[in-house]
Amino acid sequence: MSSDLDVFVGNTTLIDEEVYRLWLDGHSVAEAVARRLRGGVLEREGTSVAVLQSDTRDHYRTFQMLERLLHAPPRLLQQLLFQIPPERQALLVQRYYAFDEALARELLGKKLSKGTKKELDEVSARTGVGIRSCRRQFDNFKRVFKAVEELRGPLAENIQQLFLLDYAAIVFFANSRFETGKRRLQFLSFADFAACAQSMMGHWSQGALGEPPDPRAPEAAEPDGDLPKSFLQDLKELKVLVADKDLLDQHKSLVCSALRGKISVYNELEANFKALSRALVNVGGKLTHARDVRDFFVDLVEKVIEPCRSDKWSPGDLRLFLTHYTAARHQALWERYMAAITACLLRMYHD
Amino acid sequence: MPGKLKVKIVAGRHLPVMDRASDLTDAFVEVKFGNTTFKTDVYPKSLNPQWNSEWFKFEVDDEELQDEPLQITVLDHDTYSANDAIGKVYIDIDPLLYSEAATVISGWFPIYDTIHGIRGEINVVVKVDLFNDLNRFRQSSCGVKFFCTTSIPKCYRAVIIHGFVEELVVNEDPEYQWIDRIRTPRASNEARQRLISLMSGELQRKIGLKVLEMRGNAVVGYLQCFDLEGESGLVVRAIGTACTLDKLSNTSAFLPACNSPSKEMKESPLVHPPSHGCRSTHNSPIHTATGSRLTQNFSVSVPTLIYTGMGSGSAGKEGGPFKTLLRQQTQSALEQREFPFFTLTTFPPGFLVHVGGVVSARSVKLLDRIHNPDEPETRDAWWAEIRQEIKSHAKALGCHAVVGYSESTSICEEVCILSASGTAAVLNPRFLQDGTMEGCLEQRIEEASPPGCGFCHIPYDELNMPFPAHLTYCYNCRKQKVPDVLFTTIDLPVEAIVVGKGCLIQARLCRLKKKAQAEANATSISNLLPFMEYEVHTQLMNKLKLRGMNALFGLRIQITVGENMLMGLASATGVYLAALPTPGGIQIAGKTPNDATYDQHISHMQKKINDTIAKNKELYEINPPELPEEIIGSPIPEPRQRSRLLRSQSESSDEVTELDLSHGKKDAFVLEIDDTDAMEDVHSLLTDVPPPSGFYSCNTEIMPGINNWTPEIQMFTAVRVSRLSTINPTNQTLNKNFNDLCENLLKSLYFKLRSMVPCCLCHVNFTVALPEDELVQIAVTAVAITYDKNQALQANKAPTEKSQQRASTDNEEQLQFPLELCSDPLSSQPFSPAKEVLEGASSHTGIPAAQRATSVDYSSFADRCNSWIELIKLKAQTIRRGSIKTTTSLEKASPLAEGYLRHRSVPSCTNSTVSVVKMTPLSFLPGAKITKYLGIINMFFIRETTSLREEGGVSGFLHAFIAEVFAMVRAHVAALGGNAVVSYIMKQCVFMENPNKNQAQCLINVSGDAVIFVRESELEMLPVQPSTAAPQPTSSAGDVTT
Repeated sequence: MSSDLDVFVGNTTLIDEEVYRLWLDGHSVAEAVARRLRGGVLEREGTSVAVLQSDTRDHYRTFQMLERLLHAPPRLLQQLLFQIPPERQALLVQRYYAFDEALARELLGKKLSKGTKKELDEVSARTGVGIRSCRRQFDNFKRVFKAVEELRGPLAENIQQLFLLDYAAIVFFANSRFETGKRRLQFLSFADFAACAQSMMGHWSQGALGEPPDPRAPEAAEPDGDLPKSFLQDLKELKVLVADKDLLDQHKSLVCSALRGKISVYNELEANFKALSRALVNVGGKLTHARDVRDFFVDLVEKVIEPCRSDKWSPGDLRLFLTHYTAARHQALWERYMAAITACLLRMYHD
Repeated sequence: MPGKLKVKIVAGRHLPVMDRASDLTDAFVEVKFGNTTFKTDVYPKSLNPQWNSEWFKFEVDDEELQDEPLQITVLDHDTYSANDAIGKVYIDIDPLLYSEAATVISGWFPIYDTIHGIRGEINVVVKVDLFNDLNRFRQSSCGVKFFCTTSIPKCYRAVIIHGFVEELVVNEDPEYQWIDRIRTPRASNEARQRLISLMSGELQRKIGLKVLEMRGNAVVGYLQCFDLEGESGLVVRAIGTACTLDKLSNTSAFLPACNSPSKEMKESPLVHPPSHGCRSTHNSPIHTATGSRLTQNFSVSVPTLIYTGMGSGSAGKEGGPFKTLLRQQTQSALEQREFPFFTLTTFPPGFLVHVGGVVSARSVKLLDRIHNPDEPETRDAWWAEIRQEIKSHAKALGCHAVVGYSESTSICEEVCILSASGTAAVLNPRFLQDGTMEGCLEQRIEEASPPGCGFCHIPYDELNMPFPAHLTYCYNCRKQKVPDVLFTTIDLPVEAIVVGKGCLIQARLCRLKKKAQAEANATSISNLLPFMEYEVHTQLMNKLKLRGMNALFGLRIQITVGENMLMGLASATGVYLAALPTPGGIQIAGKTPNDATYDQHISHMQKKINDTIAKNKELYEINPPELPEEIIGSPIPEPRQRSRLLRSQSESSDEVTELDLSHGKKDAFVLEIDDTDAMEDVHSLLTDVPPPSGFYSCNTEIMPGINNWTPEIQMFTAVRVSRLSTINPTNQTLNKNFNDLCENLLKSLYFKLRSMVPCCLCHVNFTVALPEDELVQIAVTAVAITYDKNQALQANKAPTEKSQQRASTDNEEQLQFPLELCSDPLSSQPFSPAKEVLEGASSHTGIPAAQRATSVDYSSFADRCNSWIELIKLKAQTIRRGSIKTTTSLEKASPLAEGYLRHRSVPSCTNSTVSVVKMTPLSFLPGAKITKYLGIINMFFIRETTSLREEGGVSGFLHAFIAEVFAMVRAHVAALGGNAVVSYIMKQCVFMENPNKNQAQCLINVSGDAVIFVRESELEMLPVQPSTAAPQPTSSAGDVTT
């Protein structure tokens, strides 16, 4: 006796969190049933496999119908088809747009193109994230990217309004195409990059200045995902700090006198000051050229983090150095620039 | 009363893309009423058009207002070709026609297309201005209120219950017209939807006229059904109970009407209609259908069993004279009525005097022999015949009235089974007409029949019993005779004294029949029917005894006819009535006593049965107080022809090595196993698994023994279609398959709803259809309600010796449990604790705001990301404010006004979340007061697809359709300003598929009462702040909306 048709519809839509998770992970109904069985529902509820199958199918159908709405989360609020309590709606969206960091790390800075999508098989194998789940997450990234591409205003807020979640980092990276895949960057996690992206957007973007954007300024019309051009242009002025020998010496003596006795790696600092300073300033100077922008993180790691690490600087040493290095000069542009660089470096300075 | 209908089209949203090139739509709207059509401008290139139209005004007479639906069509403008229809909205404007209901319909309606389903939403405002007109010869019945609820609606008082009204209209089914060959499926479906809408309107208007003629002002227990007869036509018929209702206007009237029934009723003045002797119950004008016409139709009347508790005995000595007097007077009151029937299942206290038992009648008809298929005469005559039969059955039981009355049909090809059933009863004449005898009788009636058991006392004469039975003195009052078992179709009376809890009992049965044509077919069906009735009865009786109970309420027997089989499904709620004797056990008697192994087998089974009974008694907490064995029955030995079912008074049978004395002592029910069939039957008895712990189920309004409901409810519909195929189907294998199907369905429901435990499935309503050979379709609609276990335990502990409880629907009791349970879903139901929520994802992904702070320097990021979720939660708060215990802030002190604002909120506010609409098949909402009835919801939808596989197969198709039906019901209720549908019922779900053609079609008909409810906790707040906007919940609701 087979059930050809078997449906259950509640006035309030039933959402089973466990089944939702299985569906999001891309399991088929059969796999989901198998997993639920392993979870011991049968023993707990004293029911049968047939019941479990029927239940799983019901939930899967519901999720498939909901998926269309999940693609535009605000519509989930307005739609009339499913009566879902708001806190459950929030859960649905949160879970749908949640991503595996391993996957996000792989995709950071990559172009969200068809080509990348084809590579997802490998990514799936490397990260251990199911291929169907990989594709869904990839589509989520792409959907968010596409939706905010055209929008004005702060990126993170736009994304929150449309999709509720933290995609800013991914979009920011996809926009700026920072290189993240180099071997020497492998020690950095997605969270590291996301934090860096946040600092950079936080300190460098137009909205971060705390003043209303000037409508006449060219960058006011730019999407927030790109760093303001005028700011990047201004950064070139900083080059004088390392180009002018007097200024460089003056800077060094200020920093060194402030740090003498307070830092365990004083000798190394004194020896390396010029190289470090050059690296720190030049990273900013290069940001105007798209090709050089890609190397932002590579440069920071290669020219700052690695030398410090080999000299056995502690994180505290680095913090102290950067604080005084920044404080030695009083200039709004400098402080604005160094605030993000400092935050990035401190975040990235680990094994 | 001619009137002016005004319609405004405000906006649309989420429209489908109609122009592939631009990915946009050029939408406009046609508004049609009767023969008049208006159009809005085209709103170009938008999926969210803002029409903001002028008011379209239709000047129409009220007859038209009642019959016609307002039809709104959304179209896509196309310059070069015909405009494409996006979808339609039908709005029944009936709720606007009576003064106490809704005054405006305003809100977002799903735009529905019969092929594509819901396609976006449209915001519409509808108003009606009625002009008074003193024309007495009017054809309309504006102002008569309709209720699906089968009890007196909560905020009304019954002044007079007039009685039965019925009507039937016939039309040609558009699906069978010649034009259907050339028109599209969409056009055909729409023609059908529109026709049924028109016919429902006409039917309601005609019934309303009858009510006015009877000087009533309302129809309660209104049940409207469709018969899709096929070639011979489409029948819409309705029955109901005409009443004169009085709106309870002050808050004190909110107090339970049943608190002190007698007192309250004496105080309340009765309105005497000047003339009650109206002939209005002369229902069908063509009632006097001539015999000659009838003989042309093939008709087989089926001898009907009368179910009752089998009992007899003379009326108690003291009560005698009064009873006779009462009977005479009731008789006189009821005899003026052609059919003294009442569709109500719950009654005002004191209304129901005695209950006789279930009466039912069935008749098999051939539809292709209808002489004049377009006219209602023949069908009217058919139903009149059946009602006459019911009436005479009731008389045979010494009753003058039938309560809990309902009618149904089952159609397969040209064969139609008409069924009617109800409960024979003796009623208190006080409610039926003027109260002349009231003064002298009232006191005595109350003395004569104690409230807790009076209805159990037999109405018939002990010496002149309609059937062999076994009577004892009432276990409650010891004065009157009661039967040993009582079957009824009504709800458990509020005042009834019950022991323990109730449970859902079902009898399931399949009978094969040969495929045959015309008369031969009808004859074989009518030959089978009595056997099925008998079997169903036996099963019910056995299962009842197996649970140690003695009465059935809400009994509904459905017999469904298919090509090659008949199916019977009976559902009822079993209960132990304290007034009736303890049921005896079930004993099995073997046929061949010499065989040792056989004996062993028998005794093994006997033990199993005894164990089951003992287990059930524990499960349902049936511990009746021990009674001294002084009660003497007057058993009348009965000659029974049917061999298998025997009753005997044998004191504990010797072959049973049983210890349980409780049913060993009483006379037992003997099942004689004389063949394998019987063995199967006994086996099948034992296959019914009790629900998992924490679950109870019933098919009545209230669950006997549970009354501490929490406000958490979940209404659902489940549908299954299964193939009962076996190569050589026998009755046994079919029975087993059918039984498994039902049991599995129930199991699946329990699993689905496991998170609501402890809970009770109430008003479980099964419907069976046989869409094709060997295909069985079962549809279940029910509501799961959580109850407070702790309180239940306390309530049980407190009166320890009092294991008897009142089965109470009493709302006042419901409001006493705390509502905190639901007040904070976040805390009570945390997001799945940590386990796999994060799964390597960073802190923002699954953590509720409350726990968020833990994260690292990254948290400020997470903070911002959570803002949207915060927003949703904020909205959740706003919505939940409707359900949580409010504090004393001024703003929250007037939830009514707030609710009003919420529902009437400006449509253009696109951010507003959708207001929650509760749905329930019950007539009440736990923990809430219904403050206003907004009108009847009666909707009929057709959905068809030609891409079945693409829509997820039959399950995907039906799943989406049922969800759409719910959505449309909710949208209509919300537009009326309501927040719930009560007495919701899915009357029809006709599903047809043609997988080879990748096609499927489904018709669904639902109805219910749209209401506004207010949480008890909020009501309590009101008197505290009398100066605020809503000082009196009942009346003010009406004022606010006007």
